[in-house]
Amino acid sequence: MKVFLKLLARNRLALAGGIVLMLVVFLVLITPILPLADPDVTNTANRFKLPFSEGAILGTDHLGRDLLSRLLWGTQLSLAVGFAAAIVAATLGATIGIIAGYYGGRTDNVIMRGVDMLMAFPYILLALAIVAALGPGLFNALVAVAAVNVPFFARNIRGITVGIAHKEFVDAARLAGLSDTRIILTEILPNVIPVIVIAMSTTIGWMILETAGLSFLGLGSQPPQADLGSMLGEARSALITNPHTSIVPGVMILIIVMSINLLGDGVRDALDPRLKSGALSRPMAATMVKRDGPVPAATGDGLLELQNLQTQFHVKDRVYRAVGGVSLHVKRGECLGIIGESGSGKSVTALSVMGLVASPPGVISGGAVRYDGEDLIGAPYRRLRDMRGKNVAYIFQDPLATLHPLYRVGEQLIEAIRAHRPIGKEEGQKKAIELLEAVRMPNAAKRISDYPHEMSGGMRQRVGIAMALANDPDIIIADEPTTALDVTVQAQILAMLDDLRRSRGLAIVFITHDFGVVAQLCDRVAVMYAGRIVEEGPTASILDKPTHPYTTRLMACVPQLGEGKRRLEAIPGLPPVVDKLPDGCAFADRCERVQADCRTGEIALERKGDRAVRCLHPVTPLQEAAE
Amino acid sequence: MTAALKLTDLSKTFYLGGTLFGGPTGSVKAVHPITLTVEHGDTLGIVGESGCGKSTLARMLVGLLNPTTGQIEIEGAALDNADPADFGKRIQYVFQDPISSLNPRKTIRQIMEAPLKRLHGMDKPERNKRIAEIFASVNLREEFLDRYPHEFSGGQAQRIGIARALAANARILILDEPVSALDVSIQAQVLNLLADLKSEFDLTYLFISHDLAVVEAVSDRIAVLYFGSVVEIGPAKDIFRAPRHPYTKLLADSAPVVGRALKAPEAKDTELPDPLNPPPGCSFAARCAYASERCRTEVPSLSESNGKTSVACFHPLGND
Repeated sequence: MKVFLKLLARNRLALAGGIVLMLVVFLVLITPILPLADPDVTNTANRFKLPFSEGAILGTDHLGRDLLSRLLWGTQLSLAVGFAAAIVAATLGATIGIIAGYYGGRTDNVIMRGVDMLMAFPYILLALAIVAALGPGLFNALVAVAAVNVPFFARNIRGITVGIAHKEFVDAARLAGLSDTRIILTEILPNVIPVIVIAMSTTIGWMILETAGLSFLGLGSQPPQADLGSMLGEARSALITNPHTSIVPGVMILIIVMSINLLGDGVRDALDPRLKSGALSRPMAATMVKRDGPVPAATGDGLLELQNLQTQFHVKDRVYRAVGGVSLHVKRGECLGIIGESGSGKSVTALSVMGLVASPPGVISGGAVRYDGEDLIGAPYRRLRDMRGKNVAYIFQDPLATLHPLYRVGEQLIEAIRAHRPIGKEEGQKKAIELLEAVRMPNAAKRISDYPHEMSGGMRQRVGIAMALANDPDIIIADEPTTALDVTVQAQILAMLDDLRRSRGLAIVFITHDFGVVAQLCDRVAVMYAGRIVEEGPTASILDKPTHPYTTRLMACVPQLGEGKRRLEAIPGLPPVVDKLPDGCAFADRCERVQADCRTGEIALERKGDRAVRCLHPVTPLQEAAE
Repeated sequence: MTAALKLTDLSKTFYLGGTLFGGPTGSVKAVHPITLTVEHGDTLGIVGESGCGKSTLARMLVGLLNPTTGQIEIEGAALDNADPADFGKRIQYVFQDPISSLNPRKTIRQIMEAPLKRLHGMDKPERNKRIAEIFASVNLREEFLDRYPHEFSGGQAQRIGIARALAANARILILDEPVSALDVSIQAQVLNLLADLKSEFDLTYLFISHDLAVVEAVSDRIAVLYFGSVVEIGPAKDIFRAPRHPYTKLLADSAPVVGRALKAPEAKDTELPDPLNPPPGCSFAARCAYASERCRTEVPSLSESNGKTSVACFHPLGND
């Protein structure tokens, strides 16, 4: 609630709207105790007195009634009717929507088609029909306005409910023995209420306007009772001669509706989780670079070289050191594995290479990334864009999320090629088929006109790989490309990647959490923990003789096929959060070999031969492991 | 002693394209008739790839889905109507995604109290006592009870999910991919916890997963599901070591194992059969190297073939 008010107050317009609305509501609330003239007493001798004349600050109307008094009483009535209509419409609409969305099937179908029919009528026509049937009067106008707005709420809430009703926590509630009614009231409703509030805050102004409209037509409040609409309606005949009688209620309607709408927009923005998470703030085209220290000199190791790379996320006043000084290299035709758990910084390392970490909040704060010797950190966006896909290509975990759902896969492949060189339609088509054949897509010529949803997960990932190959890159960075796939499909994809790197001399950086995959595909492997490399070396050597306690324990806690039923050796505790890293070794708290010196100072990555480890008390001495 | 769980010809067909007035235009057989028994205190692992019907099967077992045909018998009592509250006391479910299985707007205490109140009608002091007991068993601190789900890590949230399932006091737990959303180092913690709880509360598990190594490490028996049917079922220690169904062999060969060279175990790039248009014979025939004419026209049934493992195949491996 506090956060909500803070967010709301940050929006200046919403704040202004809120203050104005509160003033109006306050005035209306104290109206009964204000020393005002009776709003309904006519005094034709004093008709059409101008504003600021004696005894009538806002003047009088065509029957000599005090306009200020009528305005305040009228505003009170209009606001009350508007709010009441909004609450009635929201309650009814939400009930209908929740029932339709929760039960689904035929219930949903029948209810929603009824709502559709209601929506097919122009709202004013429908309201007129309702009032005509019930007879004029303020209460009937309220009924009409509420009825007209029910479909809006019903459709809105139904959509949200359908999404929630299929969530696992609803199933869990069923299994806990809750009845349907109780599930609706305690599981669904609390999750829908923010949406109802948002919908209400954006429509309440509209409802006040509609009520005023009906009163204006003489179908709402009946004389002598004043509301804003009827005041306007009565003043209409004197619009030219005595405009102030129309201007007074008109300005009040303007003020109310404006302030409610501004406030409503603010409420929506403050409550909507998507807006809160910053979905509307567009990330920059390349990650922000703020390097303080000197740029490390090129060493000429490998085609892609990361030198002491540091990437941070700046969220409010916290700094998350996602990548805390990573040095790696990969040669042509080589496959380097990066293994680690979620939050270890492996994906951020990969995305930093081409400046793909979203900024804000991402910042590359140090180190260098060299492609063939050229430093890419801080390279102009043009240069990065030119290299993305052409020199360094990415394959991501979820191909359904990375492919555009509305374009055929062939079109997307051609688009990927066109980003780097002009290609004709026919030639593009041919090249797309070639690419799909290269990733061993059966029936490639036919499949290029499929949409992504028409393919299975394995086939989609093949398209993802074909797209990465489209511009003959030298380096492919694959971020858990097989994690979402079934084992039989995973085996096919891994075999294909292995083939491609041998036949095309590709350098592959393969990010995973699976030692089995690393063992089969990668020449060398780097183990990451809390944003740093803790161990690195040739895969076979590391699997044979791991030196860092984390590597050892990580390998031990993953079951391997063929070892039978057994108790697993779990690692106790949780990985540290990277905004509060401890001094010394980040793994110390979970390590069984920990000693006092592990918790102080910086522990360096020690290197012997082709093995490296960041540990003071390794499981196997590094010298021995390197032999 | 009766079996903990007995399924007889349990199947599920989904009908597609139902409209306001017209009938369905097509149907998908998500689960073909399955008959199997889980002994008391056993862990039955169920493995299969996406779309093989393992989640549909699990949802029928707890009464979240109405079976099209067949019967579920829990500890000797037949449950014919899909009423989750009726099932809830006997069989409970642990969900794959620990966070989304907890209502974001309820405190952990409210979540934990629901089954105690609704299924067992306990009063307040009784409930508090029981919650304290369960939380101690799953190694959670009681101060967590007044927090909301988003304040927990995946591993903690999954412990809460397990605690909720235990609160219902059911003797059978369906574990639907309980660790696949967790990090590997946390996976082992949760798997060990599950093993401890099993002996502490004398539970029977149905452990569903796509991860062969995990299933092998926790199960006594394993059933392999392909395209809605059980194609092989047998002791966990034998099933991947000496697979008898060609599909089980394919699975075992595909799993990445340290020290085994990389090769695609399948030469052809095949996909699952179309569920709207199922093949007439064995559903694996199109991918199978041993398929004969008979396989393409006749559906093999699950039959005991060497005393331990049952297999649904006309040409099972390892017979010669």
